[in-house]
Amino acid sequence: MPFFGFRGGVHPDYNKGATSGKPIEVMPVKEGALYGVPLAQHIGAPAKPLVAKNQEVKAGELIGQAAGFISANIHAPVSGRVVALQSLPHPVSGKTAGIIIEASGEQDEILPVNVSEKFQETVLNAGIVGLGGATFPSNVKLSPPKKVDTLLLNGAECEPYLTCDHRLMLEKTEEIIKGADLIRRALNIENLIIGIEENKADALEAFGKFASSYKFELVPLEVKYPQGGEKQLIKACLNRTVPEGMLPLEVGVIVHNVGTCLAVYDAVENKKPLIERVVTVTGAVKEPKNLLVRVGTPVQDIIDYCGGFLGEPRKVVMGGPMMGFALSNLDVPMMKGTSGILVFREEDLPDLKQCNCIRCGRCVDVCPMGLIPSVMDRFVVREMYESLADWHVMNCIECGCCSYDCPSRRNLAGGFKTSKREVMKVLKAREAEKNG
Amino acid sequence: MADNKFLVSFSPHTRDPLTTDKVMMFVVLALVPSILVSVYVYGFYAVKTYALAVIFCLGLEALFLKIRKLPVTVRDNSALVTAVLLAMNMPPSPPWWLVLAGSFVAIIISKQVFGGLGQNPFNPALVGRVFLLIAWPAEMTSWIEPSTLKSGFMFDAVSTATPLGQIKSEIISSGHIVSTGMADISDLFIGTVSGCLGGDSAIAVLIGGLFLIWKRIIKWHIPFTYLATVFVLTGLYWLISPEKTLNPLQHIFAGGLMLGAFFMATDYVTCPMTIRGQILFGFGCGLLTVVIRLFGGYPEGVAFSILIMNAVTPLIDNYMRPASFGEVKS
Repeated sequence: MPFFGFRGGVHPDYNKGATSGKPIEVMPVKEGALYGVPLAQHIGAPAKPLVAKNQEVKAGELIGQAAGFISANIHAPVSGRVVALQSLPHPVSGKTAGIIIEASGEQDEILPVNVSEKFQETVLNAGIVGLGGATFPSNVKLSPPKKVDTLLLNGAECEPYLTCDHRLMLEKTEEIIKGADLIRRALNIENLIIGIEENKADALEAFGKFASSYKFELVPLEVKYPQGGEKQLIKACLNRTVPEGMLPLEVGVIVHNVGTCLAVYDAVENKKPLIERVVTVTGAVKEPKNLLVRVGTPVQDIIDYCGGFLGEPRKVVMGGPMMGFALSNLDVPMMKGTSGILVFREEDLPDLKQCNCIRCGRCVDVCPMGLIPSVMDRFVVREMYESLADWHVMNCIECGCCSYDCPSRRNLAGGFKTSKREVMKVLKAREAEKNG
Repeated sequence: MADNKFLVSFSPHTRDPLTTDKVMMFVVLALVPSILVSVYVYGFYAVKTYALAVIFCLGLEALFLKIRKLPVTVRDNSALVTAVLLAMNMPPSPPWWLVLAGSFVAIIISKQVFGGLGQNPFNPALVGRVFLLIAWPAEMTSWIEPSTLKSGFMFDAVSTATPLGQIKSEIISSGHIVSTGMADISDLFIGTVSGCLGGDSAIAVLIGGLFLIWKRIIKWHIPFTYLATVFVLTGLYWLISPEKTLNPLQHIFAGGLMLGAFFMATDYVTCPMTIRGQILFGFGCGLLTVVIRLFGGYPEGVAFSILIMNAVTPLIDNYMRPASFGEVKS
């Protein structure tokens, strides 16, 4: 299998050593602990709550119904009693509607998922979303309106610090492959490709053992961020370029994260809804771990379970260091898309003092989407949304390479992210004008 | 319950260790070989000129920012780079007021009035040089004979002409080159010819330039296309009429071309950011330099060429935007 690579990208320090060798540990449910379950843990419409205050729920019980086409079901992560329907802190939107459940002492049983004849329906029933971080409802992705010839499994895990996918690939190798196989059969996809970054030699070896029996191609990926970006991965493995503004579907490809495949397998074979996931807890914590954690567990509890902070914490990040979100408080609950909890002390953090852009062009060199961040930054500062649209800001994948490499510490990716809403308005107005 | 205990900022939360002040320090570091050669060749004069330029440039920048009540950002080291390059672009022993005038034009007129770091359309050191060249042509072309460190400390400098200047005046007066051995390749390479304070040593500039490319501070595209363009075009001219110009190797080693190609044309602020833009920029610089050297009144042409190309940099950046990933041509 030839490897084509992709343009741009950066090589941050990977810092995966603290957890890459640690087997996944189950974080037990604590009686009396409160689990805050947001109704919007995915891209799309928030789920509609199905429970009332003081209602008893069983783990795995449907408590939030997918509302609309792009939405996902939410299940009770633990058995217990609903103590409140109230807003919960959210790392991005600040607040989000949620259901708070107090765990009871009886946690042995998890209600099974209703396995349907139709594969996509089972996936919907299990509340599965993309676990790589984008949290797009998987049943939608698995209902392609056109022919798909390749299923690409994303085992890049290019974000520094994170090792949750790495551990899953080692410990659940065959289950992941079986999950991918289920998808392949259901959608009648010819090719299965599994891409894993070369720095995970043990995972490559583990998958290699199954390559012939399950008939897939294993591609060792260059160690470069953002190798796991959907469009970059497709370009690197298949040399296909997803047209701007389009989905991978356009070039006949569906990309799924390895964790998502495992969730699909668990749903179909074990009737297990998505109520827990593996999260890498690392950085300045006493015992860095890869933890299997129930959705809704507050970040504080997870950190406590890892022995607490090491030194004085200054920044807590949910997700990876390149694309994750800094938390303002630790009541934020663990969600389906949470791949990491990283703790940084003052001394671990870079100096973010900004100065003027010196037009060095490093952002241009590293942008995997071929954009010119330094010029776009001027447009952001001046709120020139028309120009931003012309310079293709909507093609930005917010990977953060530009900001990472900027010697003047400009807030490039962050500025593009926040400008997109205004740019959307510009584009809509243009569209309206074109159509008279 | 906003808790100020935790720092909240946009991702990414990790950054490349390279910062702007370090970038500028790398450039100064890369200039060290050239500085050492000039001190070796011109001794005390060199030390004095560098010192004056550094004091004036940094001082003026700090003063201007203080007056404007802006944060004093002298520690970003950009004024230091300008100071060293300005000194290198002056004759070896300029009077102190000439250095002050050059520093004022470079730092205040060319950089700070446009908004400081990153905002200047033209390379400050070159604007300083060109201003001085036009305002005080005699002082700016009073070359002294290169000597060793020892004799340099004695104030017995002999005035002389630069190789390019000598040849230019010979061609203007008699139509062809008269003197021979004026621009010996090894002299040009090592830097034991008369000329500006710094940059006459091709090897020293080359070491610094390659260091910057190796450290990924600059890309090779501008220096390479610049030098290659000059080499090819002067080479063609030389093949046709060898009596009227130096050979192409002498051309690329002589004068400020090497320094210009590696250190001034590559000035981030004033050169294009995309690779194809940089290739066009380098070619433009080369073409203009050759035109000025062969057909213009000035023997050099590097400063003018780069400044003219600086002027078209925004245009190049605007019209040579590469296609973004998966861009569909409409």
